[in-house]
This record gives sequence, structure tokens and C-alpha cells, in this order.
Amino acid sequence: MELWQNIPVALIVLPLVFAPLCSVSKPKIARFLALFASVFSVLLSVMLICKVGNGNASFVYKMGEYGAPFGNELFVSGSEAAISLLFSSVMMLSLFAGLRRIGQEIDENRKSLFYTVCVLLLTAIQALTFTNDIFTGFVFLEITTIAAGALIFVRSKEGSLFAAMRYMIMNLLGSGLFLLGISVFYCLTGELLFPQMKEHASLLVEGGRYIRPLSVSLLLITLGLAVKSALYPFHTWLPNAYSGATPAASSMLSSLVSKAYIFLLIKFLVRAVGLEAFKMTGVNDVVFIYSVVAIVMGSVDAVKEHNVRRMVSYSSVAQIGYIFMAISYGSKEGMAAAVFHIIAHSLAKAMLFPAVDRLTEVSGGNENYRDLRGSGFRAPIAGLAFVIGAFSITGIPFLGGFVSKIYIATAAHDYGGWVMLISLGALAVSTVLNVLYFLRTVLTIYRPGERYPLTRDPSRRPYLTAALFMFACLNIALGVWGMPIMHLIESSVMAW
Amino acid sequence: MKKSRETFMNWLMSGSDPLEEEMIETLSDEEAADEHKDEHQNPKKERISIKEFLHAKGLYHPARIICSVGLCLVLIVLLMGSVMDMPYFGQADTLISSEVSEFYVEHTLEHTGATNIITGIILNFRGFDTLGESHVLFIAVCSVIILLKMTPREEDALLHMQDYDEIIKDQGEDLILSSLSRFLFPLICMFGVYIILNGNISPGGGFSGGAVIGAGLILYLSAYGYKRIRRFFTFNTFKTVSCLALLCYTASKTFHFVTGANEIHVPIPLGTPGTIFSGGLLLPLNIFVGLVVACTMYALFTLFRKGDF
Repeated sequence: MELWQNIPVALIVLPLVFAPLCSVSKPKIARFLALFASVFSVLLSVMLICKVGNGNASFVYKMGEYGAPFGNELFVSGSEAAISLLFSSVMMLSLFAGLRRIGQEIDENRKSLFYTVCVLLLTAIQALTFTNDIFTGFVFLEITTIAAGALIFVRSKEGSLFAAMRYMIMNLLGSGLFLLGISVFYCLTGELLFPQMKEHASLLVEGGRYIRPLSVSLLLITLGLAVKSALYPFHTWLPNAYSGATPAASSMLSSLVSKAYIFLLIKFLVRAVGLEAFKMTGVNDVVFIYSVVAIVMGSVDAVKEHNVRRMVSYSSVAQIGYIFMAISYGSKEGMAAAVFHIIAHSLAKAMLFPAVDRLTEVSGGNENYRDLRGSGFRAPIAGLAFVIGAFSITGIPFLGGFVSKIYIATAAHDYGGWVMLISLGALAVSTVLNVLYFLRTVLTIYRPGERYPLTRDPSRRPYLTAALFMFACLNIALGVWGMPIMHLIESSVMAW
Repeated sequence: MKKSRETFMNWLMSGSDPLEEEMIETLSDEEAADEHKDEHQNPKKERISIKEFLHAKGLYHPARIICSVGLCLVLIVLLMGSVMDMPYFGQADTLISSEVSEFYVEHTLEHTGATNIITGIILNFRGFDTLGESHVLFIAVCSVIILLKMTPREEDALLHMQDYDEIIKDQGEDLILSSLSRFLFPLICMFGVYIILNGNISPGGGFSGGAVIGAGLILYLSAYGYKRIRRFFTFNTFKTVSCLALLCYTASKTFHFVTGANEIHVPIPLGTPGTIFSGGLLLPLNIFVGLVVACTMYALFTLFRKGDF
């Protein structure tokens, strides 16, 4: 075992050490600690992806002296490294982008605890990314759930408690379904680590034994994680939660929390169940139907919405639908496309929330999109970031969203038949709707209005500007150099 | 003492609880003052009950209720159906390998030095899960503090209005409870410490022992009130103890992970099985977990009761 192979455990443990320290220190020190932890995580995950990305290396890291099947393990390959880099950089950039807002919106006595929660969230999503054990997945999923709830209700604003309550009810339902699913699966296979589970599950499928409990447990796990990541009919908590939280928290909720659940689901399906079992039990058809409805209805809801932040939140519902549609093909190409779409959507959405916040700030704090007229001239970088994010989500070439839509369409094409036609139709309808609501906002932003001047706003936001600039660069980089990243993800998913 | 005996005799003879009456009085006074204030400041503000609020949000629609009941029924039928098909407990021809459990039963003592296999499993073999589980407690307490802990401003307002500690019934006067607690509190704490320290030998460990100590602290608080427990347990004590315990726990687990994965053999003496100082790192780990759990239990209780320490 070489020294660099300890990076995953460092990524998990480092924020874990910083969390209690944040909770006992003063707000300013806590802020410094949280920023330091996120910056350090980014550096570590860059090192990891440099090492892992080179030779398609994948390795297992024993958490203790005893590996499978007796102890806990971490598993690292190209996709995990890429997702880990994504999560830590989104965490860092959204903290920097929302720093000023956190200072204004969160009560002074709760600030250190807010940073504690952020740092623990970082730990939990890193652990969810690397885990090779479904029960470890559940433990850190609990931390993620509670942390996300705290991120919603930490803002003392009317309605945020109600939003947090709805969030908690739906998410605890999801956790419950997930735990039930795990226990049924454990009863059948007797294992908790992914590779051993897969061996036993494939034996069950070959022998045709216990097929009904197997499909029920798969359904429970998939639905549980779908509820937690807000697939369409279970999305009711999402708009209030995302639009009620402080911008940094909205970015984390949409780009880290729900994406970490989906990545865990992908890993579970490929590495612990096996795609044959996934397709044979028919769970993928259920997911497919839900996802098509999500893609269309999420976009329709977004078109109907006039509040910008809620509109951006509803667009998340449609994007989650894309990811689940790619998962539902049950092929490795589909899974790779889903992982790529996780990256593309996280980068775009985490940029949109702070950008929207800045645009409304220079327009008198009004969140209706009609009141944003001319705000693109008052806050040029935020306007530019909004345009890039909106175009990426719509799927304009040279941006991340375009590449992932191509790969999803290719995976649908490989599946063939009715599913391909329906998927392509849903993609087309949703793209048109995306253009409708995003283009209308982009045009409003750059249309002169009478109420406010068209000169630059005198207030300066250096952190926000730098973070938005970084986000914009990352989005463009993902669009231009999408191929090598996709190659890295695809080769590691194939080897899973 | 004399006064409390009087109170006790009064209570015995008349059947009325003076403390309760007092509390009702102060509470109704407070409410009246509240209403008065409201009328002055913003006469339009009305109090809405939760049910009305949900009605207004459109969440009490009959269609929703019927749908949710139907969903529950479908889930029940689905789960019942799948339980029918599941392997029986102890059935021989399942895939559930006995390899893992056999290994645990036969080799835990030799590898971890713990005669209590459960402790060996949760703190050594699957120590990463348990590390996560302790941080679940920590983040739960953090969230409850965010949600319920009073800010100094709120506290000041309450203190000006009434003696808040009195309203929260800072007793120290309940004769039965306080006399009994004088014997019980040390016993409960000693028992908790015993459970924690013997975690690697006999059933128990950090989680259960910590819960017992936490229950002891709650009993002390109920019997003697906030003023006396603040002499040795304040918010700062809570923060310091849980922070240090978590840091030490994380540090020793990390040491375990890194040495284990890198195949560095650090000779930590396992001791003689069956004695307290055995099992290598298990004893300190149990102590750290116990401290975290005890602090968490007490913090949750007092935050829900008063919103402060």
C-alpha cells in the first residue's frame, strides 16, 4: 500500500476532526476552519484523481486490520475520485459564494454550528462516495439527512421551519424505506459488502430463488433513495426547502445532498446487485416511468413559476429525472451517463443559486423574474454566471449539460425500442420547456428597465465574484474537455 | 427542610399540589401579560393552530388523506407478501454464509482481546460504522441546539418578564425525589461507569453506559434544579467534554484505520482477557463513546425542557 492510497481516509477524517473544533470556537474561527477544511479537501481530491486517473487504478482500502467480509472497506476508482473532487470543490465554492449571505442571514449564535454542520456534511458525502459497505452507507446517509435539515432551518426566516418539517418527514420516510430494503437484502444474501453481495445476488438470480423478496427489497432501496433525492411525485418538499435556505445552503442541498444519494444508488445497483438482477426484477421500468414524468412535469412546474429561486429549484426536479432515466436503462453506458450528468448538473446548479441571489440583491431584493430587468448590467459576473448555468442546463454545446444529454441519448439509443422513443421525446419536450423558462429570464436580465440604473452596482463582492468565475470556468471546461472525463468515468464503471 | 416537610404534609392531607397551583398561577399571569402586549403592539396578529395552518396550505385535503392511506395499505401488502417468501430463520440451504459469524464467534477474542464479542465487532471490525454513529448523535445535538437553544436576547427578555427558572419549576423542594436521588444518583452514575469500563468483558459498553449516566444526570436535574447542576455541568462543560471525546475517538480510530490498512503492526498489548485493562484500544474507545452519549442524552433533555443549560 502506497502513501497516496491513504488520501480517501484523509478526505473523510479531516473534516471529521474539524467538526467538533468548529462547534466550540467563535464564528470567525469556525468560518476559517470550515473554509480551510473544504480547500484542503479539494487539494487532496485533486491529488487523488491525478493518481487514480492515470492508469485506471482501482483499489480497496481496509478500515482496520480486517478486510472483507469481516470489516469495513472503502473502494476507490476513477468515478469515485471524480465525484469526490466534484463534491469538495462545490462545497468550497458555494461556501465562498455565500459567505456574505451567511453572515447576514444567520443568527450570530448559530454561525459556528452552521459551519459545523457544513463540515460534517462534507465528511458524510465523502464517506457515501467511497464506501464499499451498504450499512456504512446508511450511517452516513443519516448524517447527511440531519445535516441537510439543519441547513434548511438554521436560517431564521418565516416558513423555513415549515419547509424543514416537510423535508424531514419525506426524508425520514425515504431513510425508512432504504433501511427496510437493506434488511430484506441482508436476509437474502447475508452480506453487507458490495462485492460479496453481488456474488450472492447473482447466485439467487441464476437459481431463480427468492425472486419476489429480492425485487421488493430492490424496489424499497431504489424508492427510498428516490424519495430522498426528490424524484417527481416525492418532490413536494424541494421548492420550499431550496428557496427558503441561505444561498450557500441551497447550493449544497441541490448539488451535494441529493447527488450523493444518487451516486450511492448507482454504486449499489452496479456493484452490489448487478445490472442483470436490476433489469430482471423490473424495477428499472418503474424508475423509467417516474423519471419520464419527472422530466416533463418538473419543467412544466418551472415554466409556471415566476419566483426565480423557486423556478431554479423546480428545474432541479427535471434534472433529477434525467439522472434517473439514465439509471433506468440498466446498462453500464447509462450509469456512466448518469454519473456524468451528476457532475454537469451539480456544477451548473450550485452556480445558479448564488448568481440568482446576487441578481435579486441588485434589484431591490425582489424575487419575481420580471423585476430583474437590467440586473445583468448591474452585476455583470452574476449575470454571466446565470447565462452559463442556464445554457448548460438547457444543453447548449461547449457546456457540461450538452455533453451529458448526448450520452443519455446514446444510452437510450443502445436500449432501443419504445423506451428509446419515449426518452428522446421526453428529452426534446424538456429541452423546449427549459429554453422557455430560462431564455425568458435571460432576456429579462439583459433588458433595460426604468426602475434601476444600468451602471454597475457600487457594492463589491470579491468572494462571490471569484467563486462564480471559478464555477463558470469549470462548466466551460467540462463542456470542452468532456471526453477525457467521460472516458475516465466510463472505464471505471465498466470495471466495477 | 421544615418548610418542605410542611409542604409535604399539606400535600398529603389536602391532596393539592402547592407547586402546581403556583405554576398555573404564574403561567396564567404570563399568558395574560402576553395577550396584553399583543393587543398593544399589533392588534391584528392572530394565533393560528397547526391544523388551521395545514388547512390553509391545502395539506388537509380529503384526496390526500385517502391517497396516503391507500399507499400505506399497498406497502403493507407488499411487505407482508415478501416476508412470506423469505427464508425461515435458521434455514440450512440459504446463501447466508456462516463464515462471517463463525469467524466473529471464534476469533474475536484472539484478535481483539475482548470477551464481549459485540464490543469487539462494533469497535474493532466495524469501527468505521460506529464512528459514524457517534457523529450522528453529535450532529443531532447540534441541530437541536440550532433549533431550540435560546439566544441571549430571548433569555434576557424572559428573565425580565419573570424569574424564568421559577416558571420552569426549579424545584429542589420535592422531598421524595430529592431524598431518593441523594442515594440513587451516585449509584446510577457508578453503575454507568461500571458498564462503560466493563464493556470489553461483559455485556454493555459505551452506548449503554453513557445512556445510564445521562439518565442519572437527568434525575439529578429533576430533583435539585438547574442552579445545583450548573455547579458542575454547564453548556461549556458539555461543549468541552463532547468535543474532546469526539476528537480523541476520531484520532484513535484513524490510527487504527491507517495502521491496519498499511499493514503497520503496532504492538498494542491486548492484556489478559477478562480483566478491565484488556482489549487494547477498546477500553478508551468505550470511555469516549460513553462520554459523548451521556452528554448528548442530557443535552437533548434540557434543550427540550428549557431551551438552555
